[in-house]
Amino acid sequence: MDASFITGHLQTSAGPVPQISTTWSRRDRWNTVKTRWSVGRMSYRVLPGPYAVGAPDHASRVFVTGNYKLSFDHLRRALSGIDAWILVIDTKGINVWCAAGKGTFSTKEVVRRIRIHHLGELVDHRKIILPQLGATGVAAHEVKKMTGFSVIYGPVKAAHIKAFLDDGLKASDAMRRVTFPTADRLKLIPVDIFYGKYYLLIVPAIFLMLSGFTPGGYSVDLVFSSGWKTTVNLFAGYLAGCVLAPALLPWIPFRRFALKGLATGWLVALVLATLHFLGAGATEIIAWFLMIGGLSSFMAMNFTGSSTFTSLSGVQKEMKTALPVQIAMVSVGLAGWIFTRFFAL
Amino acid sequence: MNNLIYLPGVVTLALDVEKCNGCRMCMIVCPHAVFEMENKRAVIRRKDFCMECGACAKNCPEGAIAVKSGVGCAAGIINGILRGTEPTCDCDSGGTCC
Repeated sequence: MDASFITGHLQTSAGPVPQISTTWSRRDRWNTVKTRWSVGRMSYRVLPGPYAVGAPDHASRVFVTGNYKLSFDHLRRALSGIDAWILVIDTKGINVWCAAGKGTFSTKEVVRRIRIHHLGELVDHRKIILPQLGATGVAAHEVKKMTGFSVIYGPVKAAHIKAFLDDGLKASDAMRRVTFPTADRLKLIPVDIFYGKYYLLIVPAIFLMLSGFTPGGYSVDLVFSSGWKTTVNLFAGYLAGCVLAPALLPWIPFRRFALKGLATGWLVALVLATLHFLGAGATEIIAWFLMIGGLSSFMAMNFTGSSTFTSLSGVQKEMKTALPVQIAMVSVGLAGWIFTRFFAL
Repeated sequence: MNNLIYLPGVVTLALDVEKCNGCRMCMIVCPHAVFEMENKRAVIRRKDFCMECGACAKNCPEGAIAVKSGVGCAAGIINGILRGTEPTCDCDSGGTCC
């Protein structure tokens, strides 16, 4: 576990507490990039427990966060120039919002950490500041009942903490809203690109192999002359759903993510068709439209998990019709495409 | 970003105004400004913006709010179908998740 952000230790009545830096090192920055690209994301953690920012004392504010290193890094950076305590609770390396949804950023864990780290001895006030998005997992009134500590929900974003403090622990309405601007959507795309994992290699390889079949026999030359186009088609469909649809999300006219993905998928298929990538016969072209459309639609639907405004009820409703259609499109398309390998129409 | 609104008329959020004590906690925790105050009591103003995260129900000391909360995530729902459980983005199996 990386602990290079620790600069020393503070002796307190509750024991020694690590003092931490509020700036990001080159390594922090690089690890952030890697994490966004899914590399080591599930084990990017910090040790739970109390940390000291600056030179805090018994009257200093206490900020609670999860032990996903990216969450912790944003919080400590936002606290630069402030003397405060950070209490990191164990969310199994998951960010605050998701952890709150799963129940690891919870009333129970907050209460447990307050007790085992003797927060009551570290400070003489009885207030802790939680990120607003932790509220999904924490009942403020229960924490109060069990520990005596009042939970104050801070702003959604750590970057607004200074304004929140300056305003007497009040977050403006805007600071309480979750938005989903383009920059945020783009940051979440890389992880989805790796959704397919090793299938991203296996499936194109199978298509490449099959592309050599013709009604007249197998042709290796065909694999090299035009078979590679199947790889392009597959990735185009995949990326239309997991890159293009999320990037253009607010501008694609449908509400259902599956339809947004179908739109970007068919747009890409149309381009590929004019470039003669989808084959010559009508059957083959239709088959590709079905496969690319279904694939793109499915991948876009998956982005509901990254989005900040889709409800469980909504996604369930959407999937009820979308999933069978996607499966049918890809299956029929695949069957049609394989058919054209072996039979001339 | 007003067009970032999901399917209309599907959300399970319900508020029992009679139980509301006017503490404003639901307004504080809601990430989509679904609630407003009216005559010192909360009202649901923008229901279709609700993403069923459950923060309001969890933090209502009077238990006045009910919502079937869960992960609004297709992968999580598929996960649940495959395992025969509620929708979950639980990644104990080592897969990637939120």
